[in-house]
Amino acid sequence: MTGFDSHGMLLGMILLIPLLGAVLVGMASRWPNLRETGSVLAALALTFAVWSLLPGALAGERPELVLFEILPNVPFAFKAEPLGLLFAALASLLWVVSTIYSMGYMRGNNEAHQTRFFMLFAVALFAAMGVAFSANLLTLFIFYEVLTVSTYPLVTHKGDEASMRAGRVYFGILIGASIGLFLPAIIWTYALTGTLDFVPGGILEGHLAGPAVGLMLGLYVYGAAKAAVMPLHRWLPAAMVAPTPVSALLHAVAVVKAGVFTIVKIIIYVFGVDFLFATPSSGWLVPVAAFTVIMASLIALRQTNLKRLLAYSTISQLSYIVLATAILAPLSQVGAALHIAAHGFGKITLFFAAGSIYTASKKTDITQMNGIGLRMPLTMGAFAIGALSMIGVPPMAGFVSKWYMLGGALQTENYLAIGTIILSTVLNAAYFLPILYRAFFLTENVAPPREHGEANWPIRLALGTTALLTIAFFVFNGPVVDLEMQLVETLL
Amino acid sequence: MLAAQYPVLPVIVPLLSAPIAALMPNRSLAWIMASLVSALVFATAVALTVIVSAQGMISYEVGGWPAPYGIEVRVDSFSVVMLLVISGASTLALISGKASIDAQIPSDRQPLFFAAWLLALAAYSGIAVAGDAFNIFVFMEISSLAGYVLIANGPDRRALPATFKYLVMGTIGASFYLIGVGLAYMMTGTLNIADLHARLGDVPYLRPILLSAAFVTIGLAVKAAVFPLHVWMPNAYARAPSAVAVFLSACSTKAAVYVMLRFDFMIFGGAFAHHDVQFSTVLMSLALLGMLIGSAVAIYERDVKRMLGYSSVGQIGYILLGASMISLGGVSAGVIHMFNHAMIKGGLFLAMGALVLRLGGGTLDDLKGAGRTMPWTMGAFVLLGLSLIGMPLTAGFISKWYLVQAALDLGTLGIVLIAAILISSLMAVVYIWRVVEVAYFQSPQAGASKHQEAPLMMLVPLWAVVLANVYFGLDPSIPVDLATNAANILLEHAK
Repeated sequence: MTGFDSHGMLLGMILLIPLLGAVLVGMASRWPNLRETGSVLAALALTFAVWSLLPGALAGERPELVLFEILPNVPFAFKAEPLGLLFAALASLLWVVSTIYSMGYMRGNNEAHQTRFFMLFAVALFAAMGVAFSANLLTLFIFYEVLTVSTYPLVTHKGDEASMRAGRVYFGILIGASIGLFLPAIIWTYALTGTLDFVPGGILEGHLAGPAVGLMLGLYVYGAAKAAVMPLHRWLPAAMVAPTPVSALLHAVAVVKAGVFTIVKIIIYVFGVDFLFATPSSGWLVPVAAFTVIMASLIALRQTNLKRLLAYSTISQLSYIVLATAILAPLSQVGAALHIAAHGFGKITLFFAAGSIYTASKKTDITQMNGIGLRMPLTMGAFAIGALSMIGVPPMAGFVSKWYMLGGALQTENYLAIGTIILSTVLNAAYFLPILYRAFFLTENVAPPREHGEANWPIRLALGTTALLTIAFFVFNGPVVDLEMQLVETLL
Repeated sequence: MLAAQYPVLPVIVPLLSAPIAALMPNRSLAWIMASLVSALVFATAVALTVIVSAQGMISYEVGGWPAPYGIEVRVDSFSVVMLLVISGASTLALISGKASIDAQIPSDRQPLFFAAWLLALAAYSGIAVAGDAFNIFVFMEISSLAGYVLIANGPDRRALPATFKYLVMGTIGASFYLIGVGLAYMMTGTLNIADLHARLGDVPYLRPILLSAAFVTIGLAVKAAVFPLHVWMPNAYARAPSAVAVFLSACSTKAAVYVMLRFDFMIFGGAFAHHDVQFSTVLMSLALLGMLIGSAVAIYERDVKRMLGYSSVGQIGYILLGASMISLGGVSAGVIHMFNHAMIKGGLFLAMGALVLRLGGGTLDDLKGAGRTMPWTMGAFVLLGLSLIGMPLTAGFISKWYLVQAALDLGTLGIVLIAAILISSLMAVVYIWRVVEVAYFQSPQAGASKHQEAPLMMLVPLWAVVLANVYFGLDPSIPVDLATNAANILLEHAK
């Protein structure tokens, strides 16, 4: 292992920037405008730092930063590889947008404890960057837990009885799974192989065989409960008590994607796709993920609270990613990676729209939203773009990733996966299209407490940006596909 | 050559300064003296750690009389772990405890209180460095007697029954130990630990030694609050003055565990066949029960100090679980957890000291809203609580990691042990989170409006412990190396 070069230093900067941002926000707590400027600057600096790694990564560079050894042969180390880079690039870019959005939302709704909110947001991003760039399982686990702990006060931001209960579910499931399943799996892996490094092709082959492989996979998939594979999904709807910017960036992008990212990364770099493919005991994951995709969509159909509907839609979409990686075809791995980004753009737009409606009209239920598209055309237009992306209609981001997932499923002739993707497309349409119909074609049934148009400008700016990004990802996905193809180039 | 005298300094200095502290004209002078002496012992412990790490074991002959005839002081890697824990806990407890001691103990009694404290410090250090079984007994008695005095000074009358319970059980434990040592002495004619180990090989008739092992182990199990012999402990911690709870929670039970491991590994381990099996079967089952039941009881406890006491019953279980595996990995994990748990639990009691000082009590009701009125104290409590749970980035994680890794080597049995470790950790999540929810989600009680953050002199030691927790969670090489050496020494004799 090498020490660090200039790009390695950049990795260190990427971790430091959000932490510094948190400190700055804390120091500027008395001057809200300065404080939010600090947040935006930190987010921009982070985005710049992460994105400047992309050209090198496309050329095949893999910068590393090795700090010190925590356990024998397990250093505290970071490495930029295509999957993590994609996740980091996505999270950092969307952090910029959501900081602007949060500014509008938190002020528009007169939320309390705004300094704490922005500080913890920065800490959560620090944790997400750590997860994205970890070079081994232990480093990943450390940041994974920092992410859980730092988001707990964000979920329970309101501080009332309901948020305390929701926080219990959130923390209980995430920590319980980490300690009860994830940690034993990591220690088991270490005991078997003596290493925890992420190595292309995996480290477990030759150390583990038979049903034990399926068991280990189970420990990892459910241990990374942030991926919300059923039955460990309850924390995500519970987390919806949080202010909407938290639901948008953390519970549609940073936290949940950290979960599926971890699973994809473990399948590619710890098990190895070929090894899992050759081991029948790992086959349970496809039906379980397929079940989650369908079941969560069915539950979403019955929701009337918009944010809860979006949460169940997220559960369904996350299992798409798990399903794609579990198909174990090279193309579907690319599809899984792309869907991390594609779903991120679409879902954050949907949440931004939900928050925009709440800020302007205090409405949270779908049944109250008749005719709201006429009052808030920009918001509902963005909502439509996000919804179409979830369904997978071109020219939206969701189409691109679905294309690769289906491609992978066809490669391996996995008809269960193909059927699931088709059926869930129908279901997605079944719960999103009625909302659009209500918003644009029905007349208002519930009078708002006061006359309102669109929400304030930071909210409009943010949701317009993410809606454009959703479309842009459809048009300009070439470099991303090239980058993620590197994940599987040894397999093709 | 002062350096040659280092091994006895941790005992001699506090022992001699205790009467001087008792004669001090006012409380502040006595406190300054006790703190300085304690800090000096800590510095000596650090120096000894450096020396032992570089050169190995130090043997010191008191008065120049050679062992096994004279009194031997022996300092090895295991002793320095104990010395660091004892002197570190004592120093931080004294520095942070000034305000709470002034609030809880009448001024005129304080010089005597600090004298008792220094005696306890001398005695615990003595247990850590003594090379023979009888001196250990003497120091154990001094530490217990001083401990009774310290606890009896608690802020209300409930301290007295707590002390009495501790006194009765402590005396039973000490008597058992003495009977065991007597039996061993009868059969071998020696009290020096190394010599006992050597001579037991020549004893033709081993039944009395078996009895001796039983008495010593059970006697020490009482002192170590091993489940189900723990009943004295939660109240002793909860009713004692806040500063005393910090000191005793970090070292009283650990000192007993320390002696137990010394005896069972270094003396009895090699003496007769199957001792290891008996030792490990008995202790492993007690450890498992302690881990599960101690943590479960903690969940239902509304007095946070008692909750932490029951949590200690579970945590002692972790230490013994590691030791009862009788493997290098297991014993090291146990010793690592002795170090880490002392740090975590001592820190939690430091936080409790600050909370009790400001809120007037340590029940869940008293802690309502403390997250808002005392953010720094509660913040430290949460971080230490996460360490107790075993979250990564904290020392508690390192303990769990080594413990689970050692258990993995045991096959099917190991899986049962890992399940117990994890279940107990999850119970820790529950009992720590009850405190968090009360402190952050409930409003302060009526009439308790004017709470403020704890004084800086309490916050600095508290946060020093928190940072040490994070440091040893990221770079655990110091405790891990010491513990591995200690485990090697223990196991080498058991062969």
